[in-house]
Amino acid sequence: MSQEVMKHPGLNLGPAHGKDNEAAETVMFGFWVFMMSDAILFGMVFATYVTSIHATAGGPGPHDLYDIKSAFIETMLLLTSSFAFGMASLALKYKHSKTRLIGWLAVTLVLGVSFLGFELHDFIAMFAKGGVPSRSGFLSAFFGLVPLHGLHVTAACIWLVCLVGQIARYGLDTETKLGIMRLALFWHFLDIVWIAIFSVVYLAGLT
Amino acid sequence: MSERIVDNQAPAEWKQQERREFRSYVWGIGLALLLTVAPFALVHWAAIPRFSLLIVIGVFAVVQMLVHFRFFLHIGFIQKREDLQLILFSALLLTIMVAGTVWIMASLAARMVMPDRL
Repeated sequence: MSQEVMKHPGLNLGPAHGKDNEAAETVMFGFWVFMMSDAILFGMVFATYVTSIHATAGGPGPHDLYDIKSAFIETMLLLTSSFAFGMASLALKYKHSKTRLIGWLAVTLVLGVSFLGFELHDFIAMFAKGGVPSRSGFLSAFFGLVPLHGLHVTAACIWLVCLVGQIARYGLDTETKLGIMRLALFWHFLDIVWIAIFSVVYLAGLT
Repeated sequence: MSERIVDNQAPAEWKQQERREFRSYVWGIGLALLLTVAPFALVHWAAIPRFSLLIVIGVFAVVQMLVHFRFFLHIGFIQKREDLQLILFSALLLTIMVAGTVWIMASLAARMVMPDRL
């Protein structure tokens, strides 16, 4: 059994990274506390959405506004980007070339930005059909929930660009490594939130 | 310091561990794809009664979240206990608050229907 001891949830760097692995323990646990509080925030916005589903006030409802094909494409993009970030994490842990690490991070970024593009396209299509946030309680709740996730993805993309800059400027020092590991957690976490969104908002809305 | 440890570790074991972790990600994406495509296909093509379809979607979503936690976030039982406890406690809080909100608001809505619409 060569299973290493997990110091914190998420992919551990392992003993080969020495002091970086030691430093990760506190920082990663702290980041988990933040993510769990973020999950509570998302949960309450979900609850608001679920209680407002029928409050369409005579305006357009889920069947008029949602596009299942678009939701499916967005899901695939986000899922693949999560896998790509996993590959970047492995490249970091097993000390592959920096080019490979940055390559996978770039793939992740492209997929993340395409996701945002599709989402924006969805919102514009909804606006065109009269689905604006001020139309009904249902639409206010929708635009409180789905773009909140989009905002998180936008922040994660900006963070990713900053990290690539950090790698270019400082190389793979402790700070950069821990930054990549925290963003990996955040990226996978956003994927989990999206599972809840496509299930509760899009799939349940279209049944 | 860190370089010394790398040298001590047998390269074969190192490679093996990398393959194992790579496989874990592949399992993760494979299961996640399956658990995504199935509910989308059911909603798009199948004619299942609405209530049972909602339950199926819910089950698929919960299983896929567990898959993500296991294969992408590497949550298991072999790590420090407080990590798992943090996640379980947050899940408990979420369940109480979300289920409570939905329950109370649905109950309110049912009680406040105007008499002429009953």
